[in-house]
Amino acid sequence: MKKTKISFPHMGNYCVPIEVVLSLILDCEYLTPPPITKKTLEIGSKYSPDFVCAPFKYNLGCYIEALENGADTLIQTGGVCRLSYYGELHEQILRDLGYEFTFINFGDSEITKPTSIYEKMKKYNPKLTVKRLAKALMIGVRMIDIMDKIEDYIRENVGFEEEEGTLENLYDAMLKELRTVRSYKSLKKINKRYKKMMKKVKINKPKNPIKVGFVGEYYTTLEPFSNHFIEKWLAKHEIVVTRKLNISNTIFFRNPKNIVKKVKKYMKYDIGATGMDTIKEAEWLAKHGYDGIIHVKSFGCTPEMDAMPILENISQDYHIPILYFSFDSQTSEIGIETRLEAFYDMIEMRKEKKK
Amino acid sequence: MKTKIGIPKALLYFRYHTLWRTFFEKLDCEIIESEDTTKEVLSRGVNYAIDEACLSYKVYLGHLESLIGKCDYILIPRIATFKDREIVCTRFQALYDVVCNTFRDRDFKILDYNVDVYGGHTEQEGFLNMGKVLGKSKKETLEAYIYAKGAMEEEHKALLREQNKKLNTDNIKILLVSHPYNTYDAYVGSPVINYLEELGVTIIYADIVDREKARAIAHKISPTLQWTYNKELVGAIDIYKDKVDGIVLMSSFPCGPDSLVNEMIIRKIKKPLVTLILDVQDGTAGRETRLESFIDIIKLKKEEEYEKNKN
Repeated sequence: MKKTKISFPHMGNYCVPIEVVLSLILDCEYLTPPPITKKTLEIGSKYSPDFVCAPFKYNLGCYIEALENGADTLIQTGGVCRLSYYGELHEQILRDLGYEFTFINFGDSEITKPTSIYEKMKKYNPKLTVKRLAKALMIGVRMIDIMDKIEDYIRENVGFEEEEGTLENLYDAMLKELRTVRSYKSLKKINKRYKKMMKKVKINKPKNPIKVGFVGEYYTTLEPFSNHFIEKWLAKHEIVVTRKLNISNTIFFRNPKNIVKKVKKYMKYDIGATGMDTIKEAEWLAKHGYDGIIHVKSFGCTPEMDAMPILENISQDYHIPILYFSFDSQTSEIGIETRLEAFYDMIEMRKEKKK
Repeated sequence: MKTKIGIPKALLYFRYHTLWRTFFEKLDCEIIESEDTTKEVLSRGVNYAIDEACLSYKVYLGHLESLIGKCDYILIPRIATFKDREIVCTRFQALYDVVCNTFRDRDFKILDYNVDVYGGHTEQEGFLNMGKVLGKSKKETLEAYIYAKGAMEEEHKALLREQNKKLNTDNIKILLVSHPYNTYDAYVGSPVINYLEELGVTIIYADIVDREKARAIAHKISPTLQWTYNKELVGAIDIYKDKVDGIVLMSSFPCGPDSLVNEMIIRKIKKPLVTLILDVQDGTAGRETRLESFIDIIKLKKEEEYEKNKN
């Protein structure tokens, strides 16, 4: 019998743990969608409704490219904003285009709850046991945690490597090995080995480098293509980039009750989705002497739009400049670069003055 | 002197105004509603809103600003969930805090109530808290709330009875699927409605529907839909679709939920259908042409069918 080929749209490097978890719980082959290109976004936009947010278009593009490459099963996660409805419409659009596939949609359950994952996945693999799922999820969660920590380290140091590209090459090699992980033990081993190697990479950081915080909407922050590789640009300009938003901080270790308390100076209620994380993070950055904040989102993202008046107030109260980007499928590269350069010049000058 | 409660005539006003008005009047407060939307109200709102915010929210901020200094409190509901998987656009969830932060240099007091049933906060609890702020007793407040709730339901039932009568006419009937804050806004929706009426069309309003039933059957068209207000509209489509000749989907740009749900409706409902997107810089000529040709097509179709039946 032919093995199922399952696929999930790109979001940063998370296709690696997704591949591992899916391979462990379903008897399937994982098909990594082709890397996102302009073409991906073009195809996605072509078949998407006009003013839907850009992540919808990226996801749709990835699905189509995966199907064209032989995938026969697709997954959508659902979420707390418009994302909750993505799956149903993605499936409808793809079916109307004539594709045949199985669609596993978490839009009507909660993917953050192991019980709902079990219920859903049991349908696709009757042999799935609680034990097997628990093992897979443990490995997945731990792997994401490991990756997030390493990526944090890379973001803060990649601009200052003695030999450009060393960290990234190491990480690429690590990701390749992570894809083959099927046990907790091998995960631990790989982590230990690469951590050691990365710590050995020579970093020449000045005493007081420019530090910028990166905040914003989930997908646009996590998928570098969709934010036009801003983090890379910043690294090239020898800027320390801090970004707390990642899967482990927002899903595994997030306490929604606590988050309103942390920003009670500005907020009474939770404004939904990642809005609160953005605000909490921005205030933290402001309090910790960062030189600037970059806020990114896709055009029309309501929760992040609602965070912006609060960000404005944080910017005023703590005298910290904030640069806002709203990306659409038509955003021009040159415009972004010009604005980044102007922002960079400004925060550099401010830093000089402070000395 | 009576406490003056300011109510912005925008967004959820068009769904809850009877509830609010009755409740506060029962508690012996004076209601100050903002004026109908005009170009000026909107452009004031535009000044305070993020550029890409939806038209309806810009309208809201214009109304809210116009009430500052004219009342003791401005009412702002904060609505997040009605139960598990019954949510609203995050805008309604954020409204209170966004207003506080947008107008933090202005001097005014907000009266807010929180509805997050899934998170353990009912509407009733929210209204009781408002009563406390206004210095009313719990008993008094609860009575006012129950009375107001009844008044709102009665009003809706009356509207529904009226609408059901219209369903029997032989005239061309168009189902207008649109959030009440767009439909009934004097500047946003009224021109569209007036124009449709000029064309001699009978309008059936999707928001006037047995809401409970509509929510319960929305899954027939869209199984994973969670936005309560959209669920009611989608359910209404299912209820009315065989009784009307065509459907107009009217949304404000760039409405989050509608951006997806409209597409689903277009793909699933096999009926003559036209979409109108309303934005700040809308001239009326373009959409009038669209509506006119849409109605023309329906008329032609209807005549053809009539001829066919005759033969």
